[in-house]
Amino acid sequence: MIRQLMLRLGSHIDGFLLAAISAVMLYGLLVLYSATGQDFERVSSQMVNIAVALAIMWILANIPPQHLLRLAIPAYVLGLVLLIGVALFGEVSHGARRWLSIGVGRIQPSEFMKIAVPMMLAWYFDFRQATLRIKDFALAALLLVVPVGLIVRQPDLGTALLIAASGFYVLFFAGLSWKIIVGLIAAGAASTPVLWSLMHDYQRQRILTLFDPTQDPLGAGYHIIQSTIALGSGGFEGKGWLRGSQAHLDFLPERHTDFIFAVLGEEFGMLGSLLLLLLFSIIIGRGLVIASNATTLSGRLLAGSITLTFATYAFVNIGMVSGILPVVGVPLPLVSYGGTSMVTLLLGFGILMSVQTHRKLVKS
Amino acid sequence: MNQAKRQILRLPVWRSRLLLSLLLLAFLVLLGRALYLQGLNNEFLRQKGDARYSRVIDITAHRGIITDRNGEPLAISTPVESVWASPQDAEISSAELQRLAALLQMPMSEIKKKVRPGKRDFVYLKRQLPPELAKEVMQIGIPGIFLQREYRRYYPAGDVVAHLLGFTGIDDNGREGMELAYQNWLAGQAGSRRVIKDRQGHIIEDVESIKVPHQGKALALSIDRNLQYLAYRELSLAVEHFKAKAGSIVMLDAKTGEVLAMANLPSYNPNNRTTLEPRVTRNRAITDQYEPGSTLKPFTIAEALDSGKYKPTDIIQTAPGTLTIGPAVIHDSHPEGALTVEQVIQKSSNVGASKIALSLPREMMWDSLHRAGFGQPPHSGFPGEASGKLRPYQTWRPIEQATMSFGNGVSVSLLQLARAYTAFANDGELKPISLLKLTQPVAGVQIYKPETARAMRKMLEMVTQSGGTGPNAQVLGYRVAGKTGTAHKVVGNGYSPNLYVASFVGMAPVTDPRLIVAVMIDQPSNGEYYGGVVAAPVFSKVMAGALRMLGIPPDAPQNYFTPPEKTPLVKEDA
Repeated sequence: MIRQLMLRLGSHIDGFLLAAISAVMLYGLLVLYSATGQDFERVSSQMVNIAVALAIMWILANIPPQHLLRLAIPAYVLGLVLLIGVALFGEVSHGARRWLSIGVGRIQPSEFMKIAVPMMLAWYFDFRQATLRIKDFALAALLLVVPVGLIVRQPDLGTALLIAASGFYVLFFAGLSWKIIVGLIAAGAASTPVLWSLMHDYQRQRILTLFDPTQDPLGAGYHIIQSTIALGSGGFEGKGWLRGSQAHLDFLPERHTDFIFAVLGEEFGMLGSLLLLLLFSIIIGRGLVIASNATTLSGRLLAGSITLTFATYAFVNIGMVSGILPVVGVPLPLVSYGGTSMVTLLLGFGILMSVQTHRKLVKS
Repeated sequence: MNQAKRQILRLPVWRSRLLLSLLLLAFLVLLGRALYLQGLNNEFLRQKGDARYSRVIDITAHRGIITDRNGEPLAISTPVESVWASPQDAEISSAELQRLAALLQMPMSEIKKKVRPGKRDFVYLKRQLPPELAKEVMQIGIPGIFLQREYRRYYPAGDVVAHLLGFTGIDDNGREGMELAYQNWLAGQAGSRRVIKDRQGHIIEDVESIKVPHQGKALALSIDRNLQYLAYRELSLAVEHFKAKAGSIVMLDAKTGEVLAMANLPSYNPNNRTTLEPRVTRNRAITDQYEPGSTLKPFTIAEALDSGKYKPTDIIQTAPGTLTIGPAVIHDSHPEGALTVEQVIQKSSNVGASKIALSLPREMMWDSLHRAGFGQPPHSGFPGEASGKLRPYQTWRPIEQATMSFGNGVSVSLLQLARAYTAFANDGELKPISLLKLTQPVAGVQIYKPETARAMRKMLEMVTQSGGTGPNAQVLGYRVAGKTGTAHKVVGNGYSPNLYVASFVGMAPVTDPRLIVAVMIDQPSNGEYYGGVVAAPVFSKVMAGALRMLGIPPDAPQNYFTPPEKTPLVKEDA
C-alpha cells in the first residue's frame, strides 16, 4: 500500500530529473557545510529551504501545464504591479531598491518574475500560435522589456539579464526570425556605448575589473582575485573537504552564497568542478529532452526557456567566480545558500516535470 | 488546426543545433577556464594562495644576562611591548583615539598622522612600553593595532658599572663596552615559525618551526659588584673633592689578573641615555692613555736589580738635585743628596732614576718596559683598548731614556699599569688581564726574578712609610706597597705647567699580595695635585674596604701604622 502511495505521489515526478537535481543539492549541502565554517544551523536551514522548494515542485508537477498557463496572466500582472510598487515604495538596501515590504516580511518581486515572464510569453505564443505574425513578436518583446526595464532601474542588472534571457529563449523557440535576432545583436552591439553611459559607476567598475582585476586588488577586483586563487589553489584533486584555506580563513567573500563555487573548486579541485558541470549538463540535457518531447507549443516553450535559463544561471555564476564574466549577483543554482532562488528554481523544475508527465493526457 | 499546430511546432533544425552548440560552447569555455586555473596555472595560484595566509613570524629571543663574579645581575633584559599599527586596517573612533593618546602619552594629532593610511603597512606608535601598559592599550580593542614583543636592557647598577658594561641600542644590539665586545655571545638568535593567519591577522595554526630561537647566553664578569660600588664611591668623592676633570680606578686580583673593579668619572646612567656625550661614555681606564709619571719608575729599578748591576742598598748620588743631559736639566723638587736605590723609589727621585736608567743599555730598559706590557694592547677583550706608546729604543736619545725612567715620554692606560704591577705582586710573574670571571688560574709570564720582585715590594712598601711619598696610602692592619705618581699633563706638543695627573698604584697585603689598586685623578684643581695627596687616600680607602670585604687576614704587626698626619709628607717630583 505504501508502495502504491509512493507511486501515486510520484506519478508526476520525473525520476531522472529528480535524481540529478538531488545529487546536485546533496553535493551543495556538503560544500555549504564547509563554506559556512561547519555551521550546522545554516545547513539545516538550507535543508528546510530545499524541503519547501521540493514540496512546491511536487505541487506544480501535479498541475497540468494548461492549468498552469491559466495563471500566467494574473501572475504576470501581479508581478508587474509589485515591480511598480518596488519602484515607488521599495526599501533601499545596499544602494538598490529591490525589496517590497508586505505585512509579514519583505519580498523580491524580480525573483518572482523569473518564472512569471516566460510563463506569460509561453501563454501568449500558445494563444496566438495559429496566427503568429511579426507584430506578435513585437508585442511579446514589449511584454518582456517592461519588467526587465523596471528591474534594470532597481538596479539589479544580473536578474534583469537573466529574465531577458529567459524571455528571449521563449521568443527563440517560438521561431523568432533569425534576421531579427541578428538585427538585435547588431543593435545591441551598436548601443553598447549608450548602455555604458547609462550604467552605474559600480557596474562599469565591475566590467573593467574583469579585464584587469589587479587594477584594484583591494576593491572591485578583490572578489575575482580571491576566488580565482581559491579555485587555482585547489589544483586537480583539491585540498580536501573542510580544508580550503582561502575559504576558511575568511579571504573569500560571499563564500556560502554567490561565490560558493570557489569553495567547491578549492576543496574538491578540478575533479569536483567537473563533477558539478557534469551533473548540470545532465539536468540541462534532460530539460532539453523534455522540451523536444513536449506535445504543446506552450509546453515546449516553457520547458526550453526554463532549461536554458537554468543553464544561463550556471554559466553566469561559474563564469563570474572563475573570472571570465563580470561580477553580477547570480547564485550558483541548487548549491548557493538561499531560499528564494531555491524555490524559484524548483518551481521551474516542477513545471518541467508537469510538461513531461502530462503529455500523454494531452495526446489521448 | 492539428496540421497548423504541427507545422508551427516543427522548429527549423538549425535552431536547435545552434542552441546546442551555443550551450556546448558555454560549457567548453567553463571547462577550459577550469583547466587553466586548476590544471595549468595552478602552481602560481597555489603560491599566491599560500602567500595570503601562510606567514613566517619571528620569535624573539632575549639577550643574555650579565652578572658580576658572584652572580649579581649587572645587565638584564626585561620584556617590553612595542605598539604598532597597520594603517590600512586601523579604525579609530575619536573616543578610542583620546584613550590611546592618554595611555601612550602622545598627542592625538601625532597618532592620527602615523595611522593615516596609504604610505606604509607597518608603523610603530610607541616602542618599549611596560607590559601592563601595553595590555591596557590592547584592551581598548582598536582594530589594526598590534603588539610586538621586544626586550629592553636594564642596568641595575646604573652609572656605577656603566663604562665597563656599555649599552645596547634600541634594536638590542651591543653598542658599547662588554655589550659590544660579547655581542655574539649575549645576543639571542630569534627563531621563526611558519603559521597560518586569517585575513584579520590572527594566528590560526602553527605549522612548523623553521628556526628554533636560541636565548642569549649569560656572561659572568670578573667584577665584584660590592668592590665596584666601593671603588666608584671613593673615586667620585675624590674627583668631587679635588674638583678633578676625570678619574679612573682599577682593582685587580693580584693572583689571577681578574679585574675586580673598574670605575671612571664622569659617568652616566645607562638606563636613561637621552643625552649622552662621548666624554662621559669612555671607559677611560682602558681606552685612554696618559703619561704615568713616577708610577713607572719601579720598572727601571726592577730591570737594574734584575740585571745584577745594582743592589737595593747601592748608593746613588742625587745631589745637587739636578742632572744636566745636553741642553736639558732634570730636577728633583727635594734635593736629597746620596740615596740608596730603595730610597730613589721611596722618595721618588727623578735624578736617581735617571742616573740608574742611563747606566743601563737602552735596549735593556725598553725590554723591561715591553715585557711588562707597555706599548702593547693588554688583550682585555674590551673594544677600543689603548696600547699606550713605547717608542722603539733605537730612536731613544739619552735625555729620553732618562725621562722615561720616571714615566715621561711614555704613555700607558691605567689598566696596563695596574696589570704590570702584578709582576711585583707575584714574585716576578706577569698575569694576563681578564674582564671575565676565571674558572681556573691562568699562567702568567715570569718577567723578573722572584728576588727582584720581592725587593721591589719592599721598596714600594717604604713609599707608604715614614719618609716616603705615599703614607696616605696606608691601611690600618695591613702592610701596603705602592708608588705615587704626579705628572704634568701633555697639552699639545709640550707639558702643561699647571695641569697634573695624580696617581697611585699599589698592592696589599705585602706579605702575600692579593689586590692591586690603581687610581688616577685627571686634572685635580683645588690646589692639590700630588699623587700622594690626591690619589693615595683613594687607594687607602678602597684597599681597606676591599681587604675587609674579602676577609683577607691582616698582616701588619701592631703599631705598624703611622698616621699620615704624623709623617711629614715627602713631595715627589713632577
